[in-house]
Amino acid sequence: MMKTRILFGLQLVFTLLVAAFLIVPALLSMVAGVTVNYFRGIRSGVTLDWIGQVWTLYADTIGRSFEVALATLLVTLLIGIPAAYALHRRGGRFSRVVEEIITLPIAIPGLATALALILTYGGFGDFRRSWLFILAGHVIFTLPFMVRAVMAVFATIDVKTLDESAASLGASPWRRFRDVIVPNAKPGVLAGALMVVTLSLGEFNLTWMLHTPLTKTLPVGLADSYASMRLEIASAYTLIFFVMIIPLLVAMQMIGDSTRLMTGRKS
Amino acid sequence: MSGATFLRLSLVPLAVIVLAFFVLPMSQLIIAGANGPLGLKAYAAILLEPRYRETLVNTVLLSLAVTLATLVISTIAGLFVQRNRFPGRAVLIAMLTFPLAFPGVVVGFMIILLAGRQGLIGEVTQNLAGGKVVFAYSIGGLFLGYLYFSIPRVILTVMAAVEKLDPRLEEAARSLGAGPWAVQRDVILPALTPAFIASSAISFATAMGAFGTAFTLATNIDVLAMLIYTEFTLGANIAMAAALSVGLGVVAWAILALARSFAGAAVAAAG
Amino acid sequence: MTEVQGVSVHLQACAKTFPDGTRALEAVSLDVARGETMVFLGPSGCGKTTTLRIIAGLERPDAGGRVLFDGEDVTHLPIERRKVGMVFQSYALFPNMSVAENIGYSLKIRGIDRAERAARVAELMALTGIGGLENRSIDQLSGGQRQRVALARAVAMRPRVLLLDEPLTALDASLRERLRAELNRLLRSLGITAVYVTHDQAEAMALGDRIVVMRSGAIAQIGTPREIYFEPANRFVAEFVGAANILEAEAGEGFLALRGGRLPIGGSAKAVKGNVVAMVRPEAVTFVAPEGALLTGRVETVSFIGDRLRCTVVGVSERPLSIDAPNTISVSPGDQVGLSIDPDAVRLFPKESA
Repeated sequence: MMKTRILFGLQLVFTLLVAAFLIVPALLSMVAGVTVNYFRGIRSGVTLDWIGQVWTLYADTIGRSFEVALATLLVTLLIGIPAAYALHRRGGRFSRVVEEIITLPIAIPGLATALALILTYGGFGDFRRSWLFILAGHVIFTLPFMVRAVMAVFATIDVKTLDESAASLGASPWRRFRDVIVPNAKPGVLAGALMVVTLSLGEFNLTWMLHTPLTKTLPVGLADSYASMRLEIASAYTLIFFVMIIPLLVAMQMIGDSTRLMTGRKS
Repeated sequence: MSGATFLRLSLVPLAVIVLAFFVLPMSQLIIAGANGPLGLKAYAAILLEPRYRETLVNTVLLSLAVTLATLVISTIAGLFVQRNRFPGRAVLIAMLTFPLAFPGVVVGFMIILLAGRQGLIGEVTQNLAGGKVVFAYSIGGLFLGYLYFSIPRVILTVMAAVEKLDPRLEEAARSLGAGPWAVQRDVILPALTPAFIASSAISFATAMGAFGTAFTLATNIDVLAMLIYTEFTLGANIAMAAALSVGLGVVAWAILALARSFAGAAVAAAG
Repeated sequence: MTEVQGVSVHLQACAKTFPDGTRALEAVSLDVARGETMVFLGPSGCGKTTTLRIIAGLERPDAGGRVLFDGEDVTHLPIERRKVGMVFQSYALFPNMSVAENIGYSLKIRGIDRAERAARVAELMALTGIGGLENRSIDQLSGGQRQRVALARAVAMRPRVLLLDEPLTALDASLRERLRAELNRLLRSLGITAVYVTHDQAEAMALGDRIVVMRSGAIAQIGTPREIYFEPANRFVAEFVGAANILEAEAGEGFLALRGGRLPIGGSAKAVKGNVVAMVRPEAVTFVAPEGALLTGRVETVSFIGDRLRCTVVGVSERPLSIDAPNTISVSPGDQVGLSIDPDAVRLFPKESA
């Protein structure tokens, strides 16, 4: 009994240390973002000045990141849901190959994907200079998450029979897709959407290569501030990023829990 | 319109986008790699040219070290939180998985706050030992950064795998006379092997290709991603940058594909 | 509600080979009359579901096969334009719609206005006994309720043919029996042309005007339940539908020579000579006193199964003979018994059909 108590204690301490390693720097940055002088510590006073400065310096990057994220979401929804449906219904080797190809951008480092895009489209000046260039990269990178999330839901419900039964009632393929397939794919669409927005908001590897001085996104701005601004401004900027990303994370956890509950009940 | 036509049409937007913005660019990248002054030999140079080879070896060693450390740390922590019930457990899990959505750049900044010039570790060591320990801007900082990046992912994978463990297996082993250590060794760890393989692949592939963290910490750290970046931007050596990217892409993909064929689960790196 | 709805269905040389080369169905031709309930019965993999899916329009027959509804060639019409109603084994109710929305979906698709739709849905819900469940979501329904919703949904648009794919298989035994009776009443009262697939012979007997027994992608026999049971066309049908004793014996001069004596055979079978395969249902055999009996044997086992006794008797033929006896008589293992079998209940098959 004594032995298990000691073992439990050791594991607990170890796990707490790991958690501290992960959480302490995040807390430090949050504190630093509202501290008058981080070098002198929190005693120097609390201020929102740094956040204000970030706003004047980088407000455009925040807006652009939301724009890109929402556009990415829209495109991945329009492309991803029909594709997930078709890939699931067709099945077989063809679908597996397509799935493998669209998943490659997750496996291949963003740097390589970005270089490839620049080599191919760098000469198209207007496109290269617009935020659409970044959008293209983000869509390629996030698309597999949407497709997979939707396909995962299709794997748990009998889509084929639902589709057939709607057909037997007289529904055309488009009606079936609209009335039956999409509504029942909702949990996957929601999970995929959260994933896509979160990834797009935080995407740096591709975006750093694809951006121009006029198309900076939030993570690009972050890197910029880490390199050239004082620690307090960098921290305040990071704090803003946390505030944006945490609700998404919480939503994702809640969905994860609810789907786990659902699958738990079914089995 | 028939059902088959509709299914075909449903794939058209995907096909257009993926062909235009991924398949075509990737083929361009592969061609560009072979179109420099070295020609096809650019690909061989990754291994033959001492400067590149050294970076490659460095990157592989760093990635291996990160993978191993992540695996050990995350297995202990993941097993612990999944198999014990105690007050505050939910908060602990939230803390362990919170950094999941941090991009590499932010992770780099976290490491600066820990081990940078104004970092916590420097502060503490100065007060305790009188000397300021600063290692954020070196390979040590990068190691810590990749660890920070990988731990939450692997903890989640381990927890999911532990949750799926059939408790009857353990009960059966104990009914056959196995003690706690034997159960761990003969039942728990073997059952977690697929999760370990998947996790290792994720950690390794991510560490091989991660760019944001290294970029934030220092531009002169000798890893593959930074080499590609400097070859491209500073050296304007587009062919070599392309060849190195292709090489890196192939390695990352191969590791993940290999792991998937072993583990059977969907394995993907991110960030 | 008793006017005959629906069409006659004619299958003409419908075969099915799947893309992977599997031959699911040999060229099958058959007719389902208007208003008739035709049951496809057979073990799994016999081709019954493939046939149903060809009639539905979910599968297309191989080249040369044709499907006709009242003489109209619908072979190339996809299911959504065939106007068939279908009840799936899993019911395939739409989880995103309420009960009423599920039932009214086919009417909505055809642009029928809200009021008329609501009236028809209410009528169907009353007919299937699920009134009051309109706004329930699907996952709040019991298995039996789901089955009724699926049925109501399938008949809502007055389909030309109602297709039912093992609609009772997902239910437990007692519920299955009750719903079978209800389904029977409903099919009769709708007067609809129905094609029903099952592997359960009791269901087939109870529901079918006619039964198609299938085996390995081909039709083994088509007939009324009585014909299938009393006059099976071959050994497979005899053994698949009901219990059967199969006797391999020498025939001659109006009897079969068995180890335990002589078994008289009647009717047209009298003329048969030589090696034959005969079938006798267990309930066609009765116990008589051994003295003077044409057939004798020894009781080996007796099982009391409530409404009757199932006994096996050895020494009569090569294999033990199964006999169903009234639950009022007393026999015990080891008893020497005489057996009497009605000559008309003995059915002979040519040996090659075995």
